[in-house]
Amino acid sequence: MQPLAATNDFVVKFANINGSGSASANELFARCILRMGVPVASRNIFPSNIQGLPTWYEVRVSGEGWLGRRGGVDMMVAMNPQTWDKDMAEVEPGGYVVYDSTKPMPVSRFREDVTVLGVPLTLLSNTLEGTLPRERQLLKNIIYLGALSSLLDFDPAVVEGLIGNQFKGKDKLIALNMKAIKLGHDYAAEHLAGKCQLKVENADMVGDRIFIGGNDAAGLGAVYGGATVCAWYPITPSTSVAESFSKHCKALRVDPESGQNNFAIVQAEDEIAAIGMVIGAGWNGARSFTATSGPGISLMQEFFGLAYSAEIPAVIIDIQRGGPSTGMPTRTQQSDILSVAYASHGDTKHVMLFPEDPHESFEFAAQAFDLAERLQTPIFVMMDLDIGMNDWLCKPLHWDDSRKYDRGKIMTREMLEAGTEFGRYLDVDGDAVPFRTLPGVHPTKGAYFTRGSSHDAYARYSEEGSVYIDITQRLLRKFETAKTLVPAPVLRPAKAPTRWGAIYFGSSSVAMDEAMETLEEHGLHLDTLRVRAFPFADEVAEFVRAHDQVFVVEQNRDAQLQKLLITECGLEPSRFVSLLHYDGTPITARYITGMIAGRMATIRKDAAE
Amino acid sequence: MTYIAKPKLHHKAIAVNALGFTHRDYEGRISTLCAGCGHDSISAALIQACFELSIEPHRVAKLSGIGCSSKTPDYFLGQSHGFNSVHGRMPSVLTGANLANRDLIYLGVSGDGDSASIGLGQFAHCLRRGVNMVYICENNGVYGLTKGQFSATADKGSRSKTAVNSDSPIDLVSMALVLGASFVARSFSGDKKQLVPLLKAAIAHRGSAILDVISPCIQFNNNPQSTKSYDYVRAHDEAVNAVDLIEPREEITVDYAPGTVEEVRQHDGSVIRLAKLHPDYDPHDRVAAISYLQERHRAGEIVTGLLYLDPEAKDLHDNLGTTAKAPLNQLGEKDLCPGSKTLEKINARYR
Ligand SMILES: Cc1ncc(C[n+]2csc(CCOP(=O)(O)OP(=O)(O)O)c2C)c(N)n1
Ligand code: SF4
Ligand SMILES: [Mg+2]
Repeated sequence: MQPLAATNDFVVKFANINGSGSASANELFARCILRMGVPVASRNIFPSNIQGLPTWYEVRVSGEGWLGRRGGVDMMVAMNPQTWDKDMAEVEPGGYVVYDSTKPMPVSRFREDVTVLGVPLTLLSNTLEGTLPRERQLLKNIIYLGALSSLLDFDPAVVEGLIGNQFKGKDKLIALNMKAIKLGHDYAAEHLAGKCQLKVENADMVGDRIFIGGNDAAGLGAVYGGATVCAWYPITPSTSVAESFSKHCKALRVDPESGQNNFAIVQAEDEIAAIGMVIGAGWNGARSFTATSGPGISLMQEFFGLAYSAEIPAVIIDIQRGGPSTGMPTRTQQSDILSVAYASHGDTKHVMLFPEDPHESFEFAAQAFDLAERLQTPIFVMMDLDIGMNDWLCKPLHWDDSRKYDRGKIMTREMLEAGTEFGRYLDVDGDAVPFRTLPGVHPTKGAYFTRGSSHDAYARYSEEGSVYIDITQRLLRKFETAKTLVPAPVLRPAKAPTRWGAIYFGSSSVAMDEAMETLEEHGLHLDTLRVRAFPFADEVAEFVRAHDQVFVVEQNRDAQLQKLLITECGLEPSRFVSLLHYDGTPITARYITGMIAGRMATIRKDAAE
Repeated sequence: MTYIAKPKLHHKAIAVNALGFTHRDYEGRISTLCAGCGHDSISAALIQACFELSIEPHRVAKLSGIGCSSKTPDYFLGQSHGFNSVHGRMPSVLTGANLANRDLIYLGVSGDGDSASIGLGQFAHCLRRGVNMVYICENNGVYGLTKGQFSATADKGSRSKTAVNSDSPIDLVSMALVLGASFVARSFSGDKKQLVPLLKAAIAHRGSAILDVISPCIQFNNNPQSTKSYDYVRAHDEAVNAVDLIEPREEITVDYAPGTVEEVRQHDGSVIRLAKLHPDYDPHDRVAAISYLQERHRAGEIVTGLLYLDPEAKDLHDNLGTTAKAPLNQLGEKDLCPGSKTLEKINARYR
């Protein structure tokens, strides 16, 4: 078997044990390649556990810049004896396995078509004098990084630069880690030279892009978007949104004069309390948000209905994971679409935004606060574990300093004083969005009573059928207004005219980009439309009607977005082909290509016969 | 419930307070509760307390859950913003509102079902966070609005038309003491002389003030066996002290015999004057208060008055270190948005 040979185009997977400190070494590995100007896509695959269970970290090196999962593994860094056989089996024929050969594995557990690269990591780490056992465990990770840097031909200056950054100001740690790097590097150079034909070569393909996780970006987006109140309850994979908000607030939102905080973060007792606080703060004029995942969304249902009906701004960042119930808490899915679209009892509809990557997570998180106040309703930023908890290579975050917050229609003391008529639920502008007042605004004017119960245009309690219908019809018209404000869908026409289309959203983007190029190379043309929000813009239905068959690419079992399209746009189900991926791993270009090519081939064959 | 229109809650019409307001300026809509319901008396006491304190009505935010009791914020302070939220969740909504604007006075109104049954969790957590508010639980031992089921404060062995309650009652006051509330009181809707000064002192207090106000439901729980009936409370009410709030602008003039009166200065400069009715009761001893309450409960008494007070309490904003420059809801881009230059620097860190 010929060993695999590739430059700037391969997949390395690290098999580790949770809690062994491998994460930072693995991230350094990815950053080294980025610093060499070569794009990478990295993904954590981890269990719902703190210590002892297997975790994996996958790095796709792609000189061409493809950021989805490719599928398959060319080199396995097998650091976990428990998963050895499974890991071994996953390697592509001709691939490589790097492992700690201090205690050599019996040859029977190797594969003939895989090159084994043993590095005695434990032995080498024991030569690091003056270190504690725990430190040596951590340094083993750095030693394999050193070995890989030799096997894959990393630029030594880049490695040194990154180690320097990582431990800035801690010279002793820099020296120790560089020593560990050298141990691994020199061992591989001496004993394994020429055995590995996967290489990284300096390139110029990264540009000004950044490498950031979606949750981190969304938390920062909330800072830029002017959020002052965050109430949340810990749940994977959303926890790091609140952590990010907190981290960035501490750095950016402390009043320089007084040292006091221009923000308030409360870890609530549960998700019901979290959304209650968000709604209370929104009612009282602060920009407020929560971050949660499916189980939290379930608990918040009653409050979503209150905010919808009483018309209170709120932002909910939903980092979706595998459900129902505890489901697959550490795996990714896009499976809350329907439960959020119609969340709560009674007739409701909610605004959802679908960012495709961390760049848009930042942008949409910030924009959500404008939309929430403009529309006086909950806004859901629908992310997922894949975007949220992995570092993605994406466009740098952008802010336009001329941008002003849109605080929506708030009737001020001056307006009341001037005698402007105030009816809390009165549609004065014809866009179905009423004015609100904030508590404390005026001694004698503008006070009103907020309630979830049916109310008239002046916020008075009423169970009159016609009053109820007026209000609920206006809410529907308000949803039409929302259509004009949410991010528009993104159309990508095929290179040749086609009757085939594909609709996708959120984290499937990166895999779709690659799949479309591959299909095009094979002469299979599809127009694509990336949906970025619900309510759907009119273009979405037009797109579907302009094609005979439209694939809807989703990461859930029940084709939730497709169902929403059929219901909300009145489209015929027969136009759609569901392309579903829901095993908890991110969808791949290979999968999409295979499914689409297969389907197109059958139809063409049928047509030819 | 009755559908007969009732007159607005009635008060001495002529009196005017420091702001030139009359009682009428503190009233709300006409109550739709049953005639004789304890909750209406509590609304009247609140009107009286706000009038006497010369509070600007629009500086108050009234929040509630769901229940007959939770409807009442519509029936007082018509010039205040009100929020009738969802069942058992008033505390979280109030907490959020308070975070947004620390400068208003927050009145939280709830019932025993709302606070002790569905909302026990939120009741507990808002107290331990020290949210600056006056939390009033209008406690009648039943679900009024859903027609007479037992609530979690119903006495063990109490009877409804169809059942006997075998569960132990929750004592909200004892819980509040354990949870760290800094102002804890119990009173009775039928004792305005006690209730009004307690409400005034609670409003002047900075921190979590909780008042458990026994408020008979004449429709479903005013029977002779009920410990939440008018007759029972009148017969077994044991007040430990009588409270008087002296506002900062008032002069303290009257002298009392030593040992019979204690004066406690609050954050806002007002003074709570406590006339001791029970010589050994110390309202600054949380632990002693808890055991005293348990003891008297066993003897069938209902202990009322200001049961615990920590005048030095810190509130949630103190704990979070939130800016005092302006309420959070009044900050704009200048204070909140770090701008594009900073974002450039942040981008650089992710390369
Ligand atoms: C989630 C939810 N469950 C149940 C109800 C029905 N419900 C309305 S009021 C109430 C009980 C109110 O009891 P309490 O808080 O003691 O108020 P009271 O009417 O006695 O003053 C119930 C169960 C509801 N509104 N919401
Ligand atoms: S609590 Fe009882 S008395 Fe009061 S309004 Fe409700 S049902 Fe009537
Ligand atoms: Mg009750």
